[in-house]
Amino acid sequence: MGRSSTRSISTRRRRIWDRLPIVSHLRQSVGVQRWMLVTGLILTGGFLLTALLAPLIAPYGHAQLGDSKGSFGVQQPPSAQHWLGTTVGGYDVLSRVIWGSQTAIVVIVVAVILSIFAGVLLGLVSGYFGGWLDRVLVMICDAVYAFPSLLLAIVMSIVISGGQSSLVGGILAAASSITVVFIPQYFRVIRAETVGIKAEAFVESAKVIGASPWRIMFRHVLRNSTRTLPLIFTLNASEAILTLAGLGFLGFGIEPSAASEWGYDLNKSLSDVTSGIWWTCLFPGLAIVLTVFGVTLVGESLNELGDPRLRGRKAVAADSAKVTLGAALLADDAAGVLGTHPDGRPEND
Amino acid sequence: MDTNATPVHLVTADPPAKGKKQGGSLWLYAVVRLLLIIPTIFILTTLVFILMRLTGDPITAAMGGRLSAAELAQRVHAAGYDRPMITQYLQYLGHTFTGNFGTTMSDNRPVTQILTTYGAATLELAFYSLIVAFVVGIPLGMIAAYYRDKGQDAWLRVFAILWYATPVFFSGLLLKLVFSIWLGWLPVAGRATTGSEITLQFLPHRTNIYLIDALRTGNVSIVWDVLQHAVLPAVALGLLTAGIFLRLVRANVIGTLSTDYVEAARSRGVGEFRLVRKHAYRPALIPIITVMGLQIALLLGGAVLTETTFEWRGLGFELVQYLDARDFVAVQGIVILLAIIVAVTNFIVDLVAALIDPRVRY
Repeated sequence: MGRSSTRSISTRRRRIWDRLPIVSHLRQSVGVQRWMLVTGLILTGGFLLTALLAPLIAPYGHAQLGDSKGSFGVQQPPSAQHWLGTTVGGYDVLSRVIWGSQTAIVVIVVAVILSIFAGVLLGLVSGYFGGWLDRVLVMICDAVYAFPSLLLAIVMSIVISGGQSSLVGGILAAASSITVVFIPQYFRVIRAETVGIKAEAFVESAKVIGASPWRIMFRHVLRNSTRTLPLIFTLNASEAILTLAGLGFLGFGIEPSAASEWGYDLNKSLSDVTSGIWWTCLFPGLAIVLTVFGVTLVGESLNELGDPRLRGRKAVAADSAKVTLGAALLADDAAGVLGTHPDGRPEND
Repeated sequence: MDTNATPVHLVTADPPAKGKKQGGSLWLYAVVRLLLIIPTIFILTTLVFILMRLTGDPITAAMGGRLSAAELAQRVHAAGYDRPMITQYLQYLGHTFTGNFGTTMSDNRPVTQILTTYGAATLELAFYSLIVAFVVGIPLGMIAAYYRDKGQDAWLRVFAILWYATPVFFSGLLLKLVFSIWLGWLPVAGRATTGSEITLQFLPHRTNIYLIDALRTGNVSIVWDVLQHAVLPAVALGLLTAGIFLRLVRANVIGTLSTDYVEAARSRGVGEFRLVRKHAYRPALIPIITVMGLQIALLLGGAVLTETTFEWRGLGFELVQYLDARDFVAVQGIVILLAIIVAVTNFIVDLVAALIDPRVRY
């Protein structure tokens, strides 16, 4: 209803408004879906703001052990001075949690950019040219995809940093470990879209005109195959946070003096728990949960709203096993199955 | 013309038509599917080999600071790590193929022995958590599908996302804090108390699956002890998977619940419970089983974290120990074994899917 009224006012405004992914989704949503999307957006926004304003809101530095009154003390319970207590290493928990959001965001951005770049390029080339290269790449990606992603990330972080990390090294290691896990997902989605779009008439006509394969790939195919990328982006962002935390928890994280990382802090709190110290594990953990929860809610809503069959309460067709599968899977599987949506052509939109 | 065209058509169309044939032989499917595992495992072993060797040879990695350059070179030479990479790779492939994963650097044990000892522990944990995941995830998924878009559904889905969003080590830590430290109901860590461990150590032909070993001792207190230790790790890892199962079952049952035959069954007077349980759930099983197979990878990744949290001495726990010791021979062996487990599980899952639904077969 809202859409048709804006359309009658100005077609141009509607188009720009509609093209902003989140805004248009928000207008489409109703009931539970809207609630989920709004909650997700609030949590994600809170996470982004915390990361952005960390220097202003964090009471202490991430590696600060004391102030003018002396050192903070080790494993202090929450107090007026340290709202969330101090860790076994003598850091302020609240500050570590706040600074941790910055590390998380840097790693997500680097990881997702790297994997979009590599995955999209490989997917385009593989899907467009086909042949033996396509078969080999698909086989490799399937093999990597089936592998426990955390193990792959561990192997990668050994390769990149030898296990110990400086700030830049650690962030790069974590990000590229996550990248290796994500490339197959982007690859599969883009490849599936490319294979479909390749057969479209406009590609055919571009060929007839004499456009080079690269021009066709980047101008005609890529532009039409990026429809699902925002969705995969949100799903992968949440997985990236979890993988980073997992790496940190296993001791492949970033050193506490270099940057603050939630998973590392949880690893250090492992022994605290046995003596009943709860504040060192609770707050970094909650930070992870809330961030991933928020980002996943956004991704989940985008997924459902992007799929007309899941949007309303209309009857779901009998052959929808594949489609509903797409909705059922979280970060790791949605990407692969989405590419097989029968209604995947952008012309339908 | 016509007589000519027919054989040509047959010859060209025959090979792809084989794949489309309805209700083909299950055996053929099994064999083809089994052969397809080989490239997967081959790619993964190659990948792991290349990645691990990029950092240098395992001896330098493990002994780097502790030996003099000359001693190091000698040991590298003795182990054959100074030969051309391709020779090493072929030898490594051959060894892996025959089940020889080498000897660990740090404690000089055959990797195969580590794999059998600790693999059993990981399997035990994975099994328990699968039970938790099934018992929690499937019924809740059906409930969510039945009450689609209503209150129950909304809450269940939010919970499922929350479970997914909670790293397994964090939920593990919280469970530990509440049930072991504050309430004191369950043990903090490990697979059994020291007393039970010792008894189990001396059992002849032990499987290292503690529950089985404990049952064989016939000692009720040991069985109880082993089960108590398993509760928290199984719940932590199981809930992570349960969230995924819930969503999976929900989405697929929604798809089948709105089909005509369910409507027809309802109009015949079939009860609502039976409608969901039998008419809607059964046909949704195929995609559910297939995707559950894919979750094995997630489960094993989660097992590494869960084992570290609860000091459950399985493959994941050992993997982290060997990683800390920079013992890359052991790491390589464990990683490859896990890859093989994943590939084989996916094979079994596909086979089960083919057994249930003839359309899947070649």
